[in-house]
Amino acid sequence: MAANEASQPEATISLEVFRYRPEQEDEPTFQRYEVPYREDWVVLDALNHIKDQIDGTLTYRWSCRMGVCGSCGMMVNGEPKLTCAAFLRDYYPQEIRIEPLNYFPVVRDLVINMDDFLDKLTEVQAWLVPEEEKPVSEGEYLQTPAELAQYKQFSMCINCMLCYSACPVYGQNPDFIGPAAIALAQRYNLDSRDGAADKRAEVIFSHEGIWECTFVGDCTRVCPKNVDPAGAIQQAKVTATSDWYRSVLVPWGK
Amino acid sequence: MELISHDILIVGGGGAGLRAAIAIGEENPALSVGVISKVYPMRSHTVSAEGGAAAVIKPSDSLENHIYDTISGADWMADQDAVELFVNEAPNEMIQLEHWGCPWSREPDGSVAVRPFGGMKIERTWFAADKTGFHMLHALFQTALKYNNVTRYDEWFATKLLVHEGTCQGVSALELRTGQIRAIGGKATILCTGGAGRIFPFTTNAAVKTGDGMSLAYRAGVPLKDMEFVQYHPTGLPGTGILITEASRGEGGILINKAGDRYLQNYELGEPLDVNHPEHPRKRAMELGPRDRLSQAFVQERKKGQTMEGPYGDFVHLDVRHMGQKKIDKKIPFVRELCRNYVGIDPVHELIPVRPVVHYVMGGVHTNNDGETPLPGLFAAGECACVSINGANRLGSNSLTELLVFGARAARAAVRFSTQTGSLATTEIIAQADQEQQRIRNQFFQPASGSETIAQLRVELTQSMESGAGIYRTENSLQATCNKIRELKERFQKVELADHSLTFNTELTTALELEYMLDVAEALAHSAVARTESRGSHQRTDHPDRDDERFLKHSLAYQTGGDPRIEYLDVVITRWPPGERHYGSK
Repeated sequence: MAANEASQPEATISLEVFRYRPEQEDEPTFQRYEVPYREDWVVLDALNHIKDQIDGTLTYRWSCRMGVCGSCGMMVNGEPKLTCAAFLRDYYPQEIRIEPLNYFPVVRDLVINMDDFLDKLTEVQAWLVPEEEKPVSEGEYLQTPAELAQYKQFSMCINCMLCYSACPVYGQNPDFIGPAAIALAQRYNLDSRDGAADKRAEVIFSHEGIWECTFVGDCTRVCPKNVDPAGAIQQAKVTATSDWYRSVLVPWGK
Repeated sequence: MELISHDILIVGGGGAGLRAAIAIGEENPALSVGVISKVYPMRSHTVSAEGGAAAVIKPSDSLENHIYDTISGADWMADQDAVELFVNEAPNEMIQLEHWGCPWSREPDGSVAVRPFGGMKIERTWFAADKTGFHMLHALFQTALKYNNVTRYDEWFATKLLVHEGTCQGVSALELRTGQIRAIGGKATILCTGGAGRIFPFTTNAAVKTGDGMSLAYRAGVPLKDMEFVQYHPTGLPGTGILITEASRGEGGILINKAGDRYLQNYELGEPLDVNHPEHPRKRAMELGPRDRLSQAFVQERKKGQTMEGPYGDFVHLDVRHMGQKKIDKKIPFVRELCRNYVGIDPVHELIPVRPVVHYVMGGVHTNNDGETPLPGLFAAGECACVSINGANRLGSNSLTELLVFGARAARAAVRFSTQTGSLATTEIIAQADQEQQRIRNQFFQPASGSETIAQLRVELTQSMESGAGIYRTENSLQATCNKIRELKERFQKVELADHSLTFNTELTTALELEYMLDVAEALAHSAVARTESRGSHQRTDHPDRDDERFLKHSLAYQTGGDPRIEYLDVVITRWPPGERHYGSK
């Protein structure tokens, strides 16, 4: 084994990584790292190798490394990806370029500031607002598998922000509520236990941007959990033009 | 330094922390709450829980059944009064979460569906397909957004409990974006920081699970209870340690060895039923035995040469093929997604390689049934706490429910405490936070003096935990680990950081986490040396029998200047006298 290793140099792959250290430099730079190439490594493994063995200053977020916590989204060769689910073998032997997610302020290196999204999630009231509160003592709300299936897909959002960094409208207009927040609003709108779709629609349509969404569908394409935010936005618009306009803009038309 | 203050602080924004925050909002919305979390709350490790959460809901089940399954699963180390109130309160907590929108899987009539899990007489695990923890966490997080008495401190890293005149009055925390240490005062503080699986090399646990709250309490003189009990989940993916949920066996999956045999039948877990038998999978038998016994059976099989060898260690096979694609996609779709992405196999057609993996720490910060610790003003709930309902081996699907029941109970106790407490000792606690700032600067930001790296020390720690304090232990193996930990604690003083900047310094937080891990490992290894019996997950080959006479007691590890001091506390036994654990009988 040792002889083999000595005679055959280990395969490596280059990572070209976006660096931005606000205390030291005004402008971002790129830094190249050479890491071992392993077929079963994901991009995150390579970043962890750099952090542990080569450069302790490289800064990024990660946690579950199984595609569910939503921490490790980055641009990988210009595409928004969860780095824990992006395999080196899909790029090798080409170099891989790693950047922070598009359209967000960069805190440092690959860490973005996503406060804007969390504010929007609160604004759209992404929680259940039952039409009538039922005491716990009366048991669960009944919900058939078919009713569950109405919204289940939109409930799968892990808040990873890949859809925002793929959204040309959000890139132009940060006021746009954006794909994930609209999908999560729609997740509650479609829940048989909920009764606040009108209130959410008011918020969504009071912001600019939604009418500029042209259903390019990049948000849906990059979503690692098949949430289909583009579909949610389309549904919201259809509901808005039929219901919300009728009730809010022409209340006498009811 | 200025003092930020709240009535109640919650450290940790996972399932227990968020449930606590909401409970305070429900109980008394006039109280201000600060939730301090080192990650955005929805990144917390609750998100990774897959299979489900237990609570009695079906008429065929009974509270008595759930209590018995929990106590016998715990090898009689659980406090029976705690288990009883846990089981009694579990159904309402789960219904409450349903009312907050959690998308539980349903029966055709619209009622909540349940599935069987290991060690259960009857199925009682509520589930949201196989992303239960994810859905619970997001439902709690989104519900918490509507309470405007809750202020979140996302990506603030707690470094110390601020204790004045024998009461906990808050924490100092590193604000990651600015690199500043802040003093945050609270009349009551609830630790909800999760477990410590990262002290082992092969774990299902996320990177964040470094025992922070356990260490914070331990350093403040609060004992860590029952730390020797560590749960290995029998089915992790080799290499990554990604969890393959027990629900895969609850839905009928079987474990087979190299020869293709269902080897569990050789370990007093009953006779296998054919996968097409209408009673398969039988409850409390074979693949639905408890986790400790299944993980131990794996080690025995390996000794017999009946496991297979792979690049990431030995493994056996989990076979779910007979379930068929439709059922797999409906009941365990995440298992299929994980296998395809990370192993490159499709469980519809192929066998899944699995091996035991560190999953859960039964021990934790010593609390009573209301989440109170011996330090007034300090509370704890969730995996970081030890009430104890989990004893020597936690029953699968009790931990998610535990977050709810004890998150809410600790919150209510903290409300009572905070409303009876006077003002904070502002000057003194600010002074402590100032000192903490100095300590961190001096230790980590001094110009090059050290020669040790975080990565190296972490590798040595985790390897020593596995070799010395794994599934089977002896006095010698544990003593070697204790010695190693002492050595690593000394070497930690010479850690040198490459990163001296203030903005989002994750090398610094990694160093602070390693320091927490060393504390937790120390308490764990020493508690394990002292327990000279075998019980549940704690298997001493040099003391193979359970010894109720001497050890039907919780261990309490106290930090001292040297080795921890270990004391004992009787287990609360009410109506269920200690007996033998029977699995596999008809």
